[in-house]
Amino acid sequence: MSGKRSTFLISALVFGFAFLYVPILLVIVYSFNEGKLVTVWAGFSTKWYVSLFNNDGMIDAAWNSLRIGVMSATLALALGTPAGLVMSRFGRFKGRTLFSGMIAAPLVMPEVITGLSLLLLFVTLEQLIGWPAGRGLSTITIAHTTFCAAYVAVVVQSRLSGMDISVEEAAMDLGAKPGKIFFVITLPMILPALMAGWLLSFTLSLDDLVIASFVAGPGSTTLPMKVFSSVRLGVSPEINALATLIILAVSILIVIASILILRSERLRNRAANGGAEAT
Amino acid sequence: MPEAVLDRAHEDVHKTQPWNNPDAVPYIRFENVTKKFGDFYAVDDVSLDIYRHELFALLGGSGCGKTTLLRMLAGFEEPTSGKIFIDGVDMAGVPAYERPTNMMFQSYALFPHMSVEQNVAFGLVQDGVSRAEIKEQVADMLALVQMTKFAKRKPHQLSGGQRQRVALARSLVKRPKVLLLDEPLGALDKKLREQTQFELVNIQEKVGTTFVMVTHDQEEAMTMASRIAVMNEGVINQIGTPFELYEYPNSRYTANFLGQVNLIEGVLVDDDEKYAVIKSDEANCDIYIDHAVQGHEGMTFWVALRPERLRLTKDAPEDTKYNCLSGKVEEIGYLGGISTYHVRLETGKRIKVTEPNSTRQIEPRYTWEDSVWVSWEAGAASVLNK
Amino acid sequence: MSSDKLTIKQKFDRWMIKHGRVLVIGIPYFWLFLFFLVPFLIVLKISFSMAEYAQPPYSALFAWIDEGVTITLNFGNYLFLLSDSLYATAYLNSIRIAAISTIITLLIGYPMAYGIARARGSMRSVLLMLVILPFWTSFLIRVYAWIGILDREGLINAFLMWTGIITEPLIMRQTEFAVYVGIVYTYLPFMILPLYSTLEKMDISLIEAAMDLGCKPWQAFVKVTLPLSLPGILAGSLLVFIPAVGEFVIPELLGGPNTLMIGRTLWNEFFANRDWPIASAVAIAMLIFLVVPIMWFQHIQTKQEEREQ
Ligand SMILES: Nc1ncnc2c1ncn2[C@@H]1O[C@H](COP(=O)(O)OP(=O)(O)O)[C@@H](O)[C@H]1O
Ligand SMILES: [Mg+2]
Repeated sequence: MSGKRSTFLISALVFGFAFLYVPILLVIVYSFNEGKLVTVWAGFSTKWYVSLFNNDGMIDAAWNSLRIGVMSATLALALGTPAGLVMSRFGRFKGRTLFSGMIAAPLVMPEVITGLSLLLLFVTLEQLIGWPAGRGLSTITIAHTTFCAAYVAVVVQSRLSGMDISVEEAAMDLGAKPGKIFFVITLPMILPALMAGWLLSFTLSLDDLVIASFVAGPGSTTLPMKVFSSVRLGVSPEINALATLIILAVSILIVIASILILRSERLRNRAANGGAEAT
Repeated sequence: MPEAVLDRAHEDVHKTQPWNNPDAVPYIRFENVTKKFGDFYAVDDVSLDIYRHELFALLGGSGCGKTTLLRMLAGFEEPTSGKIFIDGVDMAGVPAYERPTNMMFQSYALFPHMSVEQNVAFGLVQDGVSRAEIKEQVADMLALVQMTKFAKRKPHQLSGGQRQRVALARSLVKRPKVLLLDEPLGALDKKLREQTQFELVNIQEKVGTTFVMVTHDQEEAMTMASRIAVMNEGVINQIGTPFELYEYPNSRYTANFLGQVNLIEGVLVDDDEKYAVIKSDEANCDIYIDHAVQGHEGMTFWVALRPERLRLTKDAPEDTKYNCLSGKVEEIGYLGGISTYHVRLETGKRIKVTEPNSTRQIEPRYTWEDSVWVSWEAGAASVLNK
Repeated sequence: MSSDKLTIKQKFDRWMIKHGRVLVIGIPYFWLFLFFLVPFLIVLKISFSMAEYAQPPYSALFAWIDEGVTITLNFGNYLFLLSDSLYATAYLNSIRIAAISTIITLLIGYPMAYGIARARGSMRSVLLMLVILPFWTSFLIRVYAWIGILDREGLINAFLMWTGIITEPLIMRQTEFAVYVGIVYTYLPFMILPLYSTLEKMDISLIEAAMDLGCKPWQAFVKVTLPLSLPGILAGSLLVFIPAVGEFVIPELLGGPNTLMIGRTLWNEFFANRDWPIASAVAIAMLIFLVVPIMWFQHIQTKQEEREQ
């Protein structure tokens, strides 16, 4: 690599990462600001954290979001895994084109359309069969499950198509029936993809403002909805504190996850090398 | 299935040659089997009998339909038309997990999340065999393939050769009536492959299971197989023992596929009950065959000459009327044990000759542009009509 | 093996497998059908009805009159979309803003992806993690972070006034510029990751071969690296363009009142004007002029990739 180019690349990286991280760092710094104004540093204080924890509305919203996130990520896994399996292993069947379209479409659908259409569905269903009676956590969960299931299906499908199908054929050849093959062979092999799919769904659900705003009812305000309504008016130190907490939580989780991944990779490498030495 | 268990005192098919016995009952039978993928014929009207205890090889170039044929036997593909019988039972509609066959996959397809032991035990577990019995049989199998030491390892901790043994043990442990092997040695390097060929044959002789093997390597097929089916574009070209295929190929395809051959195109000019003469524009002499040829005068034939059956001399042989070509040495390949020569005839045709270097020489016998004669016994040539 | 010779267990197993297959397809199929496809049919239906002050606020499309069903199709909503230039402007604006932001993201993301792909082993994983990390933190909060920076009383203005470069605060928030910043900022990781994965897979000896054959470094880049990374460029650009074009949060929080984007227009029709039929008509128009072309493009794309393999 020539020196000139490497200087260019390094400065691109420095500039790029500064662009990515300076705004986040500023939020963190100003969450400890005594004063209310962003621009003026009025001394160190943790008072915004205290007021955040005393903000019942915010705590309720966070609790709602967590519950919806866990529920819809789990449901999305339960629906998306068979959908991905069907896409990569079931060959042709009647209605396959529509099926693959319904999996691909949520990924490119603008959120406002998804939100509007689901709301209209819920309203119509309520008129016709009386369910769901009003809107709330359950309608948000259904909405999140639907688009997260599509993401899970895509993750599972791509993992499965990258996997040697003869491993599953070998299981069948040795006498295992299709259902058993899935649980004993396929599932353990795609477990990391499933975990990634669950986490992705959980994050998407926690993050969603637009769809939730459409299908939420009274008493089912989620955290993003709460944050949105308060930041619409401008900067709020409490939100700075909340942001800092979220960033902290995510960073800790990511660091732990990468350490775990790195360690298991190292173990596997060492094991593989050991195997090679033995031959 | 139990009767297929270790009958060590099984007959030796090389001696009994059931395929030459009209009363022998085939163990595996393909009846006019065709497999289409869309409009494409992967296997086209194949009929084939395989006998018990055989090590049968399907040989052919890449994409000729060998794997598809094998997968239909295993139950992963259903024939578009035709029937498959194993031990007299029609396999139509029998799913893979109920068939009395087991397969050793080209990629080995070991379960990555299970240890060697668990991999080998998998098939027995599916059959609900008792724990104690599983333990014993797995141990026996691992001993047979010399993998006892590695029982607790995971597949990614094994070398290619070790994985191959585990795959073999896993597919043999259920004592299938038929073991299917798709390019069993394809993933090994050359040295290991040659060594493993004999081991595989030994194991087959020990367990007595009927093996059906797919390979694209003619040397491997000839070393291991009792009989070989040569496939080309979904069709079986010829079936026979390695000896029959090499000595009596029925077509240019087979002759070319097994070993090396010089093919000289010519026209039948003299056809008798005891001999035949073929005239060729490619050769600068007439070709005399010491047996009758099925055909009429004026028909086109190809004379197949194996390079090692040709004699190379500096001086003209006594009788230059028949089977005696003259030309110039164009290329020389010195391989140590043998030398190969490309002789260019006046007609432009090139003939390949190999000679054993059975004695040590001070200098090479021939050099470039030497004028030489190529001759052969009347019985050395085969005559092919396709 | 004829079926009368099968044991009961074998028959049961086969029955299970046959119907299990239907079940595995059926459950996700039913869910997606009910909660994804049917809603669009309802949106389509309501886009043909009229707004009313009622709950729900639209007129019924089907009516029972003299024991027969009459369907009143009301094209008024679509005619309205055509007559008021607001909608066409919002649509074109969305495409323009999304396209320009995508290009800016590409220009910033490409050198970063290239730099990461050429970094040494452990450094590379750290840099990669730094790219992924923001994705897992809240989207809303990342947009929010820019409010404090770009605001009239924000950090940039405060800094520039303090240095004396300017005396009057610059108007940066509530402009289209802020929308670009917001989109580029939030979607940059989506551009870097696919670019990185194509660049990382690329054999470095290809560039060496090009230079060996007489290319200058920049020529090798233009003639070898760039064409080979085209799939990554395309994938990354789509990942940025698609969400950006229907974006609501960023124009709402960072854009000005006249930064019209189609997603925001729909939102306002629905929440501010409570005109569900018009909102539905906007949704259908977006579907036809935005989602369908994108899906069609992706379809062609995957077909072509399959053919190349
Ligand atoms: N599932 C399939 N769908 C379509 N074509 C196939 C399929 N499996 C095999 N083929 C085609 O059938 C032909 C024979 O394949 P195969 O039996 O795998 O050949 P080989 O002799 O190399 O093992 C090939 O041209 C292959 O492309
Ligand atoms: Mg093959």
